[in-house]
Amino acid sequence: MNLLNLFRRSREGSAGAAKERLQILLAHERVDSEAPEYLPMLQKELIAVIEKYLDVDDEKVEVRLERGRELSTLEVNIELPGAEKLQGRARGRPTAGTLLQA
Amino acid sequence: MARIIVVTSGKGGVGKTTSTAAIGAGLAMSGKKTVVIDFDVGLRNLDMILGCERRVVFDFINVIHGEAKLHQALVKDKRLENLAVLPTSQTRDKDALTRDGVEKVLDQLRDEYDYIVCDSPAGIERGAHMAMYYADDAVVVSNPEVSSVRDSDRILGLLSSKTRRAERGEEPVKAQLLLARYDPARVEKGEMLKVDDVLEILAIPLLGVIPESQSVLKASNLGMPVVLDESSNAGKAYLDAVKRLMGEQIEHRVLAPERRSFFQRLLGRTA
Repeated sequence: MNLLNLFRRSREGSAGAAKERLQILLAHERVDSEAPEYLPMLQKELIAVIEKYLDVDDEKVEVRLERGRELSTLEVNIELPGAEKLQGRARGRPTAGTLLQA
Repeated sequence: MARIIVVTSGKGGVGKTTSTAAIGAGLAMSGKKTVVIDFDVGLRNLDMILGCERRVVFDFINVIHGEAKLHQALVKDKRLENLAVLPTSQTRDKDALTRDGVEKVLDQLRDEYDYIVCDSPAGIERGAHMAMYYADDAVVVSNPEVSSVRDSDRILGLLSSKTRRAERGEEPVKAQLLLARYDPARVEKGEMLKVDDVLEILAIPLLGVIPESQSVLKASNLGMPVVLDESSNAGKAYLDAVKRLMGEQIEHRVLAPERRSFFQRLLGRTA
């Protein structure tokens, strides 16, 4: 940003922010409206693939999106069961510990 | 168990979305877990007013159709940890909003939140009907202007007949008036309806009077609920209204015309 921009920004006040927000959002929306809504499908397929290998709880999947001017980011966070839960599930089967005690 | 509040008006452009954002943020600032829901299918805007438009992933209709979990569709506010937004769909047809679907979503939210604020679309079609159907309270937003007051009266009629409370013969939806874009200087000159005139005509309790203020456009430009602008008279008026909504007894501020200094007049600016 050069000095000129700095002055321009302060003179424009909040209207400059409004224009920028609109430009970014509308650029995305104009493209989106031509394509089918892909996010629900993308999520479904992604989880189906992961479920082949791992236990996934639907409630533990978080999808975050941030649309930007230069780039957008899509973040998919899948929480997997931790050690304790896995151990709980394995109960019934003898574990190393129980074998030793016996 | 959350209270469900619908923000409605009949007429468009009177300040429903601004008011929903301000009330939702005000409740969250008071420590109440609050979710605001946009019911205006096809014309999403609450996200824009709250400044989270770039983070919308899924929407209300995705949740109703089972394409996304409710928690995935909720967008958490970055400034207020108690505030979340459920955006509406931008593309689907309005029939997607079903009574059963809406009820299912509200039931899930009810356990987790203290307040659910529903932003109604203008008009009296499906979206407006769905927004008010499950409401416990109604904030009827009106401007001191004839067509707006007339439409508010229509909406009051619908609130007393077309809601679940009305159909079940339960205690009626508690409707209160929020008079927005009020200009005390013009009222003083006799150019604008007085608060008392509007109250006399609509015969409902007054939740608050929001003065016409330049800070409202500024807040909208920035994507920030106006209650976060501490210097704004409109923001203060909304915070008072929120306290009344929570059951506090707050006196209505004396609405005197804003005195403008010589320099402010010279510059054509108001606070």
